[in-house]
Amino acid sequence: MSDLPLWRRLQPVVTIILVVVLIGVPLWLVVVTAGKSQGEAVQPNLSLPGHWQLWANLRQVWTEADVPAAFFGSLIIVAPTVAGVLLLGSMAAWVLARRATRVNAVLYALGISGIILPPAVITVVLLLRQLGLAGTVIGMIGVYMGIYLSTVIFFVTGFVRTIPPALEEAAQIDGAAPFAVFRRIVLPLLRPVLATATILVCLYVWNDVFYAFFVVGGRVDTLPLNLFRVASAGLYLNNWHLIFAYVLLMSLPLIAVFAVAQRRIISGITGGAVK
Amino acid sequence: MTLTIDSRTSAGAPATPKLAGRRRTARGTHPMWFLIPAYAVLLLFFFVPTVFNFVYAFTDWSSFKSAINPVGLDNFTQLATDGTLFRAIRVTVVYAVLVAVFQNVLGFGLAVLLERDTVVNRIARTFFLVPVLMSALAVGYIFQALLKPSGAVNQLFGIDYAWLADTRWTIVVVALIHAWKWMGLSMLIYLAGLKTVPEDLVEAARIDGASRARTFWRIRVPLLAPAVTFNVATALLGSMNGFDIVQATTGGGPARTTEILNIFIYRTFGQGLFAQATTMSLVLFLLVALMAFPVIYVLRKREEVM
Repeated sequence: MSDLPLWRRLQPVVTIILVVVLIGVPLWLVVVTAGKSQGEAVQPNLSLPGHWQLWANLRQVWTEADVPAAFFGSLIIVAPTVAGVLLLGSMAAWVLARRATRVNAVLYALGISGIILPPAVITVVLLLRQLGLAGTVIGMIGVYMGIYLSTVIFFVTGFVRTIPPALEEAAQIDGAAPFAVFRRIVLPLLRPVLATATILVCLYVWNDVFYAFFVVGGRVDTLPLNLFRVASAGLYLNNWHLIFAYVLLMSLPLIAVFAVAQRRIISGITGGAVK
Repeated sequence: MTLTIDSRTSAGAPATPKLAGRRRTARGTHPMWFLIPAYAVLLLFFFVPTVFNFVYAFTDWSSFKSAINPVGLDNFTQLATDGTLFRAIRVTVVYAVLVAVFQNVLGFGLAVLLERDTVVNRIARTFFLVPVLMSALAVGYIFQALLKPSGAVNQLFGIDYAWLADTRWTIVVVALIHAWKWMGLSMLIYLAGLKTVPEDLVEAARIDGASRARTFWRIRVPLLAPAVTFNVATALLGSMNGFDIVQATTGGGPARTTEILNIFIYRTFGQGLFAQATTMSLVLFLLVALMAFPVIYVLRKREEVM
């Protein structure tokens, strides 16, 4: 199908048109609206701003919506969550992959069930209240870890099965304790799959607003929660220039990471899917 | 995702005899306490709340009084008699199916279009990945602005259509927006799938005189079955558990025609009706469990046949 000479000539044209219409138009709307004055942005459209004030809008959002605090809130939740799921998940996955017992098969099935089953958002709030963790960063980290550990266990267990055990055995014969073997031999070998898991978990947690709303809403601010508040607040109704300035601010870190690590991300996302 | 699980375990099966020989020492080299931290977190933050779901859905827990009393099936009968329960289930299932169809059609189309490794195609693939990385909330606001009655889309076509306020078609529009956000991911997975189709298989079919279209539909597409399974399953589950895009575009309206379960849960929780919210959370849990396993089973069966 792709060998027809006519199609070969047409395909780049079709591709460029599709990119412009499907991706270009929405992104263009964000950039031009974020650069407009409030009066111009009340009815958001695709026209260029009469006078660019992107920088002023970004600054206004930065200070009025308290972006630094939200950014810090996001960071303080995302970083420990990722570190935690990677460490605990790969420890569990290593043993699950290497000890093929019936009990472990059941534990594995339970461990990965969270990939499919939705978490109980309402009762988790009740539980956190009983534990005194409601509205705290630690409670939020725990909830996210409970949700995304299953993803890590799934990916890492599959990966460990492809590593020959001989490498570990050499260290065991030398008398290394299990944790030393895990840390010095196994963890370094897991680097590719841990990169995959990091990307997936970061993507989900950084952008999540639903679980954050229930667990820390109103107590700790994260970037998506803050955007949600800003956009829903009566004060900001029809202030599209500020909403889109916020969208730009919030998306830039992820786009920057993507630009640097594109290959890694793509192989990461597709890694577990087709085998 | 579970689909890959089974194939992995079976792929790992030949290694089992070797493992059996080592079982004597496994206790020492791979101690079970390595599982404890992860499973403690899972138990506390995932399994206990899930069990609680089955308890508190049968109580009158709310923010209006401090005592929590069991009320049997009252929450279910109340939600069922005022029509909320079945409407929310219907909206959620319709939304999930629409998203799964759109996301896969778009993703597959893009993968076929961008399959060759040219410079234009590589740049285009990067662009289609941008929505995947963006916050779903932001995506919702972008389309809310684009689709306003006086918005850019209506201006472009010179029409005056209320894209996000049509009681019949808005759910389709929102499902398309959801599919737009995730089509880049489906595209990547289909691209990876297309790469795994052996070149000589396609050549052999061509030598046997099969037309291009026939080779494509009869050889390449069937070999994409694992990618289809993964994409359909993740799109279905992802959209049943969706929230951000619907909230940012319609908030469940017009007339609650796009109120998927998580929107209902969010709204009733905000009103302090915790028991109702928990009941719907339990309904979502059961719905996903009921839908996921048959879907995955059917898709896997098809993989085997092909």
